[in-house]
Amino acid sequence: MTMTGAVRDAQANTERPRTIAALARLHPYVKGSYTRLILGIIDAIAGAIVALSIPVVLSWIVDGPLTTNDPNQIFPAVGLIAGLGVLEAILVALRRWLVLKPGTHVDGAMRADIHNHLQRLPVSFHDKWQSGQLLSRAMSDVSTVRRWLSFGFVMLTVNVITLLIGFTMLFVWNPVLGSVFTLCALPMFYFGIRFDLRYRKLSRSGQDQAGDVATAVEESVHGIRVLKSFGRSAYAIDNFTDRATRLRATELVKGKASGTLALSLTALQAFAYATSLLVGIYLASTGAISVGTLFAFFTTVAVLRWPIDSIGFLMQLTIDARNALDRFFDVMNVPVRVREADNPVSLPAASGALVFDNVHFRFDDAGETRAATTPDLLRGVNLEVRPGETMALVGLTGCGKTTLTALTTRLYDVTGGRILIDGVDIRDVRLEELRTRVSMAFEDATLFSTTVRENVLLGRPDLANPVDEMTRERAETLLAQAIDIAQAEFVYQLPDGLETKIGEEGLSLSGGQRQRLALARAIVTQPAVLVLDDPLSALDVTTEQLVEAALRRVLATTTALIVAHRPSTVMLADRVALLHDGVIADVGTHTELLARSALYRHVISSESDEPRILENVDDERELDVATGVDELRAVDHHDLDSDRDEVVAP
Amino acid sequence: MSVSGVSSEERSDFTRLENRRLRQRSIALFLSLAKPFSWRIALSGVLVVLGTLTSVAGPALLAIGIDQALPALTNDRDWIPTLMVVGGYIASGIFGGVFISTYIRTSTRVSQGILFNLRLRVFRHTQRLSMSFHESYTSGKIIARQTSDLDTLREFLDSGVEKLISGVLYMAFTAIALIALDPPSMLPVVISFVPVFFFAWWFSTASKKAFRISRVYSARLIVQFVETMTGIRAVKAFRREEHNERTYGEQVDNYRYANQKVISLFGIFDPGLKLVANIVMAIVLLLGAFRVLDGGMEVGVLLAAVLYVRRIYDPVNDLAMFYNSLQSAGSALEKISGVLEEEPTVAEPSTPTSLEHPRGSLDLTAVSFSYVAGRPVLPALDLHIPAGQTVALVGTTGAGKSTLAKLIARFYDPDAGSVKLDGIDLRDLSNRDLRGSVVMVTQEAYLFSGSVIENLSLGKPDATLDEIEAAARAVGAHEFIMSLPDGYETDVNKRGGRLSSGQRQLLSFARAFLADPTVLILDEATASLDIPSERLVQRGLQTLLADRTAIIIAHRLSTVSIADRVVVMEHGRVIEDGTPADLIAGTGTFSTLHKAWRESLA
Repeated sequence: MTMTGAVRDAQANTERPRTIAALARLHPYVKGSYTRLILGIIDAIAGAIVALSIPVVLSWIVDGPLTTNDPNQIFPAVGLIAGLGVLEAILVALRRWLVLKPGTHVDGAMRADIHNHLQRLPVSFHDKWQSGQLLSRAMSDVSTVRRWLSFGFVMLTVNVITLLIGFTMLFVWNPVLGSVFTLCALPMFYFGIRFDLRYRKLSRSGQDQAGDVATAVEESVHGIRVLKSFGRSAYAIDNFTDRATRLRATELVKGKASGTLALSLTALQAFAYATSLLVGIYLASTGAISVGTLFAFFTTVAVLRWPIDSIGFLMQLTIDARNALDRFFDVMNVPVRVREADNPVSLPAASGALVFDNVHFRFDDAGETRAATTPDLLRGVNLEVRPGETMALVGLTGCGKTTLTALTTRLYDVTGGRILIDGVDIRDVRLEELRTRVSMAFEDATLFSTTVRENVLLGRPDLANPVDEMTRERAETLLAQAIDIAQAEFVYQLPDGLETKIGEEGLSLSGGQRQRLALARAIVTQPAVLVLDDPLSALDVTTEQLVEAALRRVLATTTALIVAHRPSTVMLADRVALLHDGVIADVGTHTELLARSALYRHVISSESDEPRILENVDDERELDVATGVDELRAVDHHDLDSDRDEVVAP
Repeated sequence: MSVSGVSSEERSDFTRLENRRLRQRSIALFLSLAKPFSWRIALSGVLVVLGTLTSVAGPALLAIGIDQALPALTNDRDWIPTLMVVGGYIASGIFGGVFISTYIRTSTRVSQGILFNLRLRVFRHTQRLSMSFHESYTSGKIIARQTSDLDTLREFLDSGVEKLISGVLYMAFTAIALIALDPPSMLPVVISFVPVFFFAWWFSTASKKAFRISRVYSARLIVQFVETMTGIRAVKAFRREEHNERTYGEQVDNYRYANQKVISLFGIFDPGLKLVANIVMAIVLLLGAFRVLDGGMEVGVLLAAVLYVRRIYDPVNDLAMFYNSLQSAGSALEKISGVLEEEPTVAEPSTPTSLEHPRGSLDLTAVSFSYVAGRPVLPALDLHIPAGQTVALVGTTGAGKSTLAKLIARFYDPDAGSVKLDGIDLRDLSNRDLRGSVVMVTQEAYLFSGSVIENLSLGKPDATLDEIEAAARAVGAHEFIMSLPDGYETDVNKRGGRLSSGQRQLLSFARAFLADPTVLILDEATASLDIPSERLVQRGLQTLLADRTAIIIAHRLSTVSIADRVVVMEHGRVIEDGTPADLIAGTGTFSTLHKAWRESLA
């Protein structure tokens, strides 16, 4: 007995404290369920006692009525055993009922919590985490915790207590016999625990490798066009075969380990039984114990079989649950950086003046490897978009245009400076209000698997589910108008028109069609400020012209910031801002900029005008001084020079 | 209606004949998978029988010990029976251990081998299947076939089969041992199996239904979760958080109740079996006790009988679970075998014509094509492109430009007519020759996880670092690659969320440069590039395309400047065809388009 305890203590020193502390984080979720859980454990202990008392009654029957030949006592004794049997079954049913609610309740609460928390985490978090990683936390990890709580935790507690009581009883039956069995059983715990440590590592690498195989599958499917086009299926198959081979190797080692464990456990158990039997028969032959005691001893050993066998497996479940919880809290403990203001201010019902005031931005993982050399992506953007004005944002690929637009609705928060709408810092406004006032369309148009109508009315839930006839009519008018402006009439040709369900991630529509729906979605909210990130890139020339003509009507009254790659999109704008090296290098009308900025001509004009770039470098230099971005001059010109080199080189 | 291939997946209203065909298909697949392992499977069968036999021996040995060895020792000081019983025990332990551990190893080899082979078979097959399949069968489904369906099968192979065999054997051997020991004790057990059978039948039917409901809800949870997280920008920008929270909360509740239902079924079944086992044990004990009193039964036998009765119901639970796991494995096999039954519509020829030195002349003769029967995209197209020519395809959406490109890349085969490369029908070329000569770059620039180098070298697996860098320089991607945290070694997917779509397109361009094909097809491959990048790409293209054939589809007419020839398409027909200068000077569609475009640049 004491030896068993010692082994368990040794185990405790290496694993318990950390694991227990880790599991204690479940507290907030279990809070309301402790009564049921504790009752469940008490119930389980009662069940164990009942199961263990059946051998006692059996031994009493063997030594009592069966020895004294008293048939009158058999009925009550067997009746007692039947009663205990019924009671055991009832206690099991009761235990399952007691722990059912806590388990599923915790499960549901954790699932909803992680989803809601993830939704609130900023986009910068989602940039770094693939949705598959998040999904496995919200689904399988949470299920693991539930299984542990309603089964593993309860059974572990119960089995440990059963073992304590059972081994005590073995000693009470006969100290010699009890010691013999305990001594022989000890190596089983040793092998079980050793196996556990080994198996845990194997099973983790098995899981990782299974993940690799799944990733290879996903990429081979999503990248099928590339693979087919380059004829690289063989390459994909080789890569996949590698990963699958590695997974199989690990699984085979796992199988071997399980086999070895089964061998040692079966043999050891038989050895323990055989030794106890040898000693037992000897003791019985000398009269030191009765046949009834021998009978009871082996029935008790039979009851203890499952708790002994299960300890290793339950430990494994506990470790799994602990890992799952770690992964869960990895995500739950990420603070929501883009936070609601403590004392939110309401935006004035003004026309939507958008001001960038010395805005700085860097991704928080930027320069992790080369901290010293990575400057901020945006380093002091100053720009004023007047109410009702349409401003085009122009710059080279990767210069931060998309990021700048994302700052206006706080998809990211500025890391320095501020953004004002009608004079109010957007961080002081409720997110809901800000995002109602500012509406966006992204270049990669995300559509959800619901009807066209719901997709377009995404930002107008009041119109998507109209409460009365008037709202319904208004919804129809606005919807028709937005579809008209975005040139998205194709939706009427779809099988169910506006009620057509868009397939998986909207993939059944072409890129241009999706962009037009996303545009309609942004327009239908009738925002004060409209932010469009290269919204027409996938449209053909004719459609683009139609959309532009229609957009002009909307833009006449709306403040807008439009990322543009083509001159045709720039033409929509009243003024153009040129983003270069993290600052607004120049602002003016298209014509003005064409005339005075070599950089602008380089970025926007499809004419090959290298010589003019060379001539105009001097103007550029003066301009920089004039706008007061002195410290950036060196960087700026270095880059311009290298641009020039490239342009001239070929 | 047909049930061949994947067409049966969305249906549940099968006739008996169709059901039989689906079942046969699944079984045939399973047998073909099991065949290479037949001797191992036989071996594990033998091992299970032997292993179960030894584990059943325990209580009988105990009975002999109490009834025979004990009196022999007490009365005659005869140790031999005792030692024999003890020796028997140890032997059963050692043999049992060896049997079981060998069984575990053998069966792991079998199940892992089957899974490995099936994995590869499905993967290869999906790679072989044509684009028409991939474009109609959603990516989610094909991924599920190769992941979750295989997991289901694995569960079945790992535990299901073993549970069935060992469970049935365990019960059978226990019953035999009990009958050999004391036939009358078997009677209550036999009688009890009538209600136990119905109980188990009820359980497996009810739990199958409950499991299915719970799977439906979990699938819905997954769909909503993934959509929200992948579309997080739109979710935030259009304030969907609260709406999502509500609907997700409802789904969580549904899933929770479905789970509760499943668990409560176990909560009835498990104690129910225990109840039966305990009552039957009490009856056996009652009958046995009176017979011991009459002298008709030994005490040791009674003990063994009681132990056997306690154990005989243990496998019932496993058997009920086996039935469920068989059902799910069956439906997984049905779907997988459906995918395997699909034939590539664009198949590699069995005796390909070899193409030694491709020059790159293309001939499309009377080509017609339609995605949906009766709605031709290309009614009858004739087009000859001499080797080395750069052709710009122009026209509105739906004119058939991309379709034409897909036919030349042989993503599809024409319904009628022929597409020839250097006079050889594409259908007669080996994949090697075809893909080595014709490469298509599309607007969606897909990057695989891995470094920039790995992604670029997909175009040419044996490319040197210098070649890779040269290709990146040629399209103007070198600078931004160098600005990434680890340069060419940067993992594109870890930071890929941060690569702009323009940068992705540049990488996919560099990949095509590296592949160095005879015919290059660019379908909207520059749509997301800014003008300077596009200009760089075009400059690179002019060098690259000097001695090869190119087909360029672009909305921006700037591309035309590098084209030798412009083909204007409308409704699947060529309406204008000529040099850019001639067409611009003319009065046709292209001239009008070009004027409008020039004005937009002003």
